[in-house]
Amino acid sequence: MPINKFITLESTYVPLPIENVDTDQIIPARFLKATTKEGFGDNLFADWRYNKDGSPKADFVLNNPDYSGSVLVAGKNFGSGSSREHAAWAVDGYGFKVVVSSFFADIFRNNSLNNGVLPVVISEAFLADLFAAGADNTVVVNLEEQTITNKANGKTESFDINSYKKNCLLNGFDDIDYLMSVKDEIEAYEQDRA
Amino acid sequence: MAGKTLFDKIWDIHEVKTIEDGPSVLYIDRHLVHEVTSPQAFAGLKARGIKVFRPQNTFATPDHNIPTINQHLPIADEVSRFQVDTLTKNCEENDVTLFGLGHPKNGVVHVVGPENGITQPGMTIVCGDSHTSTHGAFGSIAFGIGTSEVEMVLSTQCIMQPRPKTMKINIDGELGKGVSAKDLVLYVISKLTTGGGTGYFVEFSGSAIRNLSMEGRMTVCNMSIEMGARGGLIAPDEKTIEYVKGREYAPKGADWDKTVEKWKALVTDEDAEFDKIYNFDAADIEPMITYGTNPGMGVGITQNIPTLDTVEEASQKTYLKSLEYMGYAPGEKMLGKKVDWIFVGSCTNGRIEDIRAFANAVKGKKKADGVTAWIVPGSHQVEDQVIAEGLRDILEEAGFELRQPGCSACLAMNDDKVPAGKYSVATSNRNFEGRQGPGSRTLLAGPLTAAACAVTGVITDPRTL
Repeated sequence: MPINKFITLESTYVPLPIENVDTDQIIPARFLKATTKEGFGDNLFADWRYNKDGSPKADFVLNNPDYSGSVLVAGKNFGSGSSREHAAWAVDGYGFKVVVSSFFADIFRNNSLNNGVLPVVISEAFLADLFAAGADNTVVVNLEEQTITNKANGKTESFDINSYKKNCLLNGFDDIDYLMSVKDEIEAYEQDRA
Repeated sequence: MAGKTLFDKIWDIHEVKTIEDGPSVLYIDRHLVHEVTSPQAFAGLKARGIKVFRPQNTFATPDHNIPTINQHLPIADEVSRFQVDTLTKNCEENDVTLFGLGHPKNGVVHVVGPENGITQPGMTIVCGDSHTSTHGAFGSIAFGIGTSEVEMVLSTQCIMQPRPKTMKINIDGELGKGVSAKDLVLYVISKLTTGGGTGYFVEFSGSAIRNLSMEGRMTVCNMSIEMGARGGLIAPDEKTIEYVKGREYAPKGADWDKTVEKWKALVTDEDAEFDKIYNFDAADIEPMITYGTNPGMGVGITQNIPTLDTVEEASQKTYLKSLEYMGYAPGEKMLGKKVDWIFVGSCTNGRIEDIRAFANAVKGKKKADGVTAWIVPGSHQVEDQVIAEGLRDILEEAGFELRQPGCSACLAMNDDKVPAGKYSVATSNRNFEGRQGPGSRTLLAGPLTAAACAVTGVITDPRTL
């Protein structure tokens, strides 16, 4: 199943200068009853985003019309907690293609990559500059070159991604297709171990 | 050449192939499945026109989204019922063993695996749940995965996984009176922080770990994800072997003897190197309690909430936001704070030893007025043992009701929700905002501390009960 192909992008971004944003904030457990992957974007950050009666909370950044874009910029240790891929589906479903932070939790990072959402790890200083810039600032994310640029100050940092995953994202390949293609080797492994 | 860590030994045996500058193709021995993170994966298989590749290595049980009362009745919430029914249907269509609602083996997936001998030393074990790290207590590589990865395992019995770094956490010495495995691990997480283990697979070692029961070791490994680690494991020993012996899915007869010999080789070589090592002294650990909104925000129960000047400047905004959510201020002492709710249960502390400890501590006392308590066994087998040992009677005499097994108020997917603003002392694993219901405030602790708080209605040191 091809996933979203990642294309180099320039976008304004939504800043979320909070550390340790956990998966229960990204998508609270009561929304995990669905049996499909659709619709989670509406409940991204639900408890920060909506009042009890479902009306938007004016002070939350997703409800601030000044901020928009396909990039989420968050404080360090984003995505800690549960393995729920619903968190990645919510981020993707909302329309974010890139999440930028100085540190990601492991499982969330894997889940994002498996859904064509690119996690970009930057330095604390680069992150602080992004938070300090105005709402009209943009970042340029270039996966081919593995770089991110802050247009406000022109600074560029490179980020890590292993070449296998990079190739998957650039071409829209997915891990299951790959594993299915090596099934003979898996069966041979089983024979060897038996 | 340096020796190998236990983690490396198990990983290497399970590596089907490696990809240059990419992940390994890792073979999975046991795949545990529950209702919440599997439906989209089964749907993916259907879309490809394939079935589960190795159903004999796959075991399923609904636990996250089931009621903990009246389990003999159809699930009232239609959406939840559909999710549980979907698991049943998917298992039937794929010949996967299912311990469905009401089945004597049903329970929280990480309690069910060990108690039925599905979990064994030296294995690779995955589940679409981050607390799969629990199974590392048996000396296995066990970790939580996302739904895309569940689909990988269902379709090929393999997963694409980058090799994590290795960390050793060594804890020597004796735990003090009233200090449990939960306190030990909350202490470690408070030192490492919630991200301190990220990128690592942890081996727990030292005399304090060796002295823990299998239940205690499961509690420790269970919480290794709460420091961000991929998982945690403990080398198997006689206790491990004794625990697994005779359980339904454990090897039998001559096969047992042969397998046990292999398990005995599952140790870290003396000259093996870890990427990171921490050493702690068990004597420094007192009963722990959390005061904030991640499991790293814990203190000894007699301590005060850290003052703002002890927090890095860049983190102060997040710190204050967290305390504001909890209704606390920096520097306040924890003892004597109000408690509204008690939750004993979950894959962290829902096993027989936990409920036994709680029951014995409240024996002859009474639940405090104004405290609501949910005692939720981790499985039907735990429930049966609680009743057989007479613990239910003790609990009921003290004013506590035993519910039916499930994940319950640990994540509050079902109706077991703590109301907004209420303080809940919970033996579960996460104190995130809203974790036990929107607006709920969770304080993580061990079962003894939960018992002390339950009978006093305030944060109480279990050593003074």
